[in-house]
Amino acid sequence: MNPAKRSLLLLAALALPAWADRLPIPADAPPAFQTECGGCHLPFPPALLTAPDWKRVMGKLDKHYGDNASLDEKTRRELEDFLVRNASTRSRMAGEGDPPRLTASAWFRREHRKVPQALWRDARVNSASNCSACHSRAGQGSYRGREIALPELRDKH
Amino acid sequence: MQRILIPILLAGSAAAGAATPQQLMQDYTEQAVRQAPGYQPSARRGAELYSRRFAVSEKMPACTACHTDAPAQAGRHVVTGKAIKPLAPRAEAARFTDPAKTEKWFRRNCTEVLGRECSAAEKADFILFLTEGL
Repeated sequence: MNPAKRSLLLLAALALPAWADRLPIPADAPPAFQTECGGCHLPFPPALLTAPDWKRVMGKLDKHYGDNASLDEKTRRELEDFLVRNASTRSRMAGEGDPPRLTASAWFRREHRKVPQALWRDARVNSASNCSACHSRAGQGSYRGREIALPELRDKH
Repeated sequence: MQRILIPILLAGSAAAGAATPQQLMQDYTEQAVRQAPGYQPSARRGAELYSRRFAVSEKMPACTACHTDAPAQAGRHVVTGKAIKPLAPRAEAARFTDPAKTEKWFRRNCTEVLGRECSAAEKADFILFLTEGL
């Protein structure tokens, strides 16, 4: 295979539409989803974890990945119900860890397999949960490859 | 009549979440005076609280860990990397205008950074510093 043809094939493979280019916030999100969950991080799309995962996350908000994110019981219940209603039923979306991390699901790892390890620790990124560091329109629920903010990643999509 | 009406109007607007940082500071000052007669808010003590290194939390040893040394600048959540708007009302007008939101974040962040809740006096000092600077 000549190099030009090979790079064309490679390009075609990389350009395959990803499953989750669009992950809009579900319309039934309570206002607290933005103000509480979105207070410290991007309010993550509920479809990125399973229902049992969300129950575990919401069951121990006082130990929320090293932070105390306690809520009053009414708000906590309202958010848990919303997350569970919109959770994924796919086993590939099951998070790992306690509480489970959506950045450690089989799906997330596969989607991000081309991201060099060093880049996760880059000052511009800081944390795998900082979606909008790379996905410039993550706040609007859009995760298209061409929207990737870091130039060194853009040609990988 | 007017003397009775004005506090009622102020309380009403505060409950609706449309207070000013000055009103919030005044509310905390009144609470603090009840606990310690003669208390007066101090921007210098507020600045000291803002920059003091408590080191209770490894990742968030001080307010400055996320809000930077200059509260009129934008900050960044030290764990998640999320951008944080400036904490100082002179740079971000919506700060300290919602009593419930202000209480929520004082409770959460004081517990995280100081390892305990902040007193009314500390809250009044803090708001005075962020509003007027030193």
